[in-house]
Amino acid sequence: MIEYQNLFTRVQVHGPADMGIPFNEKGLFEREGTPRFVYLFGKLGDAQVGPIYLGWLGLLSIACGLVAFEIIGLNMWASVNWNPVQFVRQLFWLALEPPPAKYGLHFPPLREGGWWLIAGFFLTTSVLLWWVRTYRRARALGMGTHVAWAFAAAIWLFLVLGFIRPVLMGNFSEAVPFGIFPHLDWTAAFSIRYGNLFYNPFHMLSIAFLYGSALLFAMHGATILAVSRLGGEREIEQIVDRGTASERAALFWRWTMGFNATMESIHRWAWWMAVLCPLAGGIGILLTGTVVDNWYLWAVKHGIAPHYAFDMWAPVLDPAIKGQ
Amino acid sequence: MKYALAFIGIVAGALLVTAMMLSWERPPMASTQLGPRGLGMVAIKNPRLEAKLQKANLVPESDPPAVLSGIKVKDSKDYQNVQVLGDIDTEEFNRLMGAITNWIAPEEGCTYCHNPENMADDGLYTKVVARRMLQMTRAINTMWTPHVAQTGVTCYTCHRGNPVPQNIWFKNDGPAHAGGMSADRQGEGLASKVVGTTSLPYDPFTPLLAKGANIRVDATTALPEGTSKASIHDTETTYALMMHLSQALGVNCTFCHDTRQFASWSESRPQRVTAWHGIHMVGDINETYLGSLQSVFPQTRLGPSGDVAKVNCATCHQGVNKPLYGVSMVKDYEELRQPNP
Repeated sequence: MIEYQNLFTRVQVHGPADMGIPFNEKGLFEREGTPRFVYLFGKLGDAQVGPIYLGWLGLLSIACGLVAFEIIGLNMWASVNWNPVQFVRQLFWLALEPPPAKYGLHFPPLREGGWWLIAGFFLTTSVLLWWVRTYRRARALGMGTHVAWAFAAAIWLFLVLGFIRPVLMGNFSEAVPFGIFPHLDWTAAFSIRYGNLFYNPFHMLSIAFLYGSALLFAMHGATILAVSRLGGEREIEQIVDRGTASERAALFWRWTMGFNATMESIHRWAWWMAVLCPLAGGIGILLTGTVVDNWYLWAVKHGIAPHYAFDMWAPVLDPAIKGQ
Repeated sequence: MKYALAFIGIVAGALLVTAMMLSWERPPMASTQLGPRGLGMVAIKNPRLEAKLQKANLVPESDPPAVLSGIKVKDSKDYQNVQVLGDIDTEEFNRLMGAITNWIAPEEGCTYCHNPENMADDGLYTKVVARRMLQMTRAINTMWTPHVAQTGVTCYTCHRGNPVPQNIWFKNDGPAHAGGMSADRQGEGLASKVVGTTSLPYDPFTPLLAKGANIRVDATTALPEGTSKASIHDTETTYALMMHLSQALGVNCTFCHDTRQFASWSESRPQRVTAWHGIHMVGDINETYLGSLQSVFPQTRLGPSGDVAKVNCATCHQGVNKPLYGVSMVKDYEELRQPNP
């Protein structure tokens, strides 16, 4: 049954290309391309590239993504008057901004955010088509759809930021611009405008899941690498055998922290930890501005933000308030 | 292949290290605690750059006090058309004129503003500007003490030996844009030095350094009760102005703010009140004094949009939180600290 057994070694063994399992779907497309081997890819994963299955969903997704990419890129280039040198020099700073606040949810002129909406539409379509593709390819292989649902969690956050929350706020100007530094500036400004996102409990949860994912990934990766000399990558086969890599890995954690995951549960842990990061984050973004306007004041109200004594100088009062 | 990869890696690493050495500042930095413990309210300065900054902000020696003649300028027939400084002694007046020349036009001399045939002549625009600037200096020193305190300002605070101060601003629409149907920049999305090389709005001054501008963006209630109508773009504009303040004064955010809540006054340092008055002072200067010179300046002195040169925090501060390290020059030129007639 096992056509290809991964060995935990950095030696690259090149055999004949693996064409994958037989294909029994009826459609216009078959797997495309002659498989090749790339040494550099072998450094990171499998050295074999292709054959690839694109299908209608993949092709449409790439086409929509390309349209969005072109709209964003050409508008960025136009913003420096088609100057190729400035386009390259300032690429990380250039932006395609959402419409100004005065347009609300109305479709603005192309030059004032219209392109942003069109680019957003095509990018969203592209992402959603790619999601269907991950679902259908998993089904075609007889797999579970865990990857698709994990991807859906990321899409949830993407949609909350760019569509759901702006619609609830009644204003597309609340959405994120396209651009490397511009979207980071947006993030900082968003936190400042809504009174410091660090006091948003869903942001806190999201960070916990993000760091938790990193920690768990490190623990799991390290554990499996540490027992690979004993055949540890054959996780499930070894799970009930005494003295195997798998049992040693479990014992290691039981000895060091009194508790151990199983070869099955560690992967569920990892999946939920990763998926909950954008899920919780999306909820946090969704609540910002819609039901909470200033997270710091909210945290003070609910006893979350600690009090610090500013008593090293006379009380500082708002000079804009008359009579102070 | 393996050796090629290793070689590329070593070269890339060497380039990165070189770039880092050339563009980063090396540790250690001097840090000073500015607020309660645990909030990261700390001033971080590079002590190795301090000497250079001090050298760039030296105060020129004041002229010896004038030997008074006992005659006021307005009572002397030799001085005509003196509209602002009429109330001072003629010798004080001469001393001040000499100082102004050194502060503003050391190379060009008296004739930068005056017609040598007739010193009273208002024919040169620079003389009309200088008169308005004297009124401005007096207004700053008498009406804006919440910002300038008893240190005050003189012409030198901004000019530093230059006929036009080095740190001024004009309305900035940014470089050329393709126009047509292509997306508008909305005033941001360029690498702009004015705002700390971020992509934040590159002209925060036009909207915010004007009289009656609203800089505040935070809601003052936990739940949405309409206490702030600021958009994300408004917030970015305020943020951009704050980056300018930070650069102009050579300080970081925590010099004034507790960054866990920028808006909170009770958690701010007293310096924030001084800065608040400064922002309002700059708006007043730009409108009342520089704005009034719109028709006086020749075309060559105006900005790309035809507006007059205006001031921001850097015009006086020039990288130091107290201009000229807090040395008062006006105490030797008290005539600049009189109310305008």
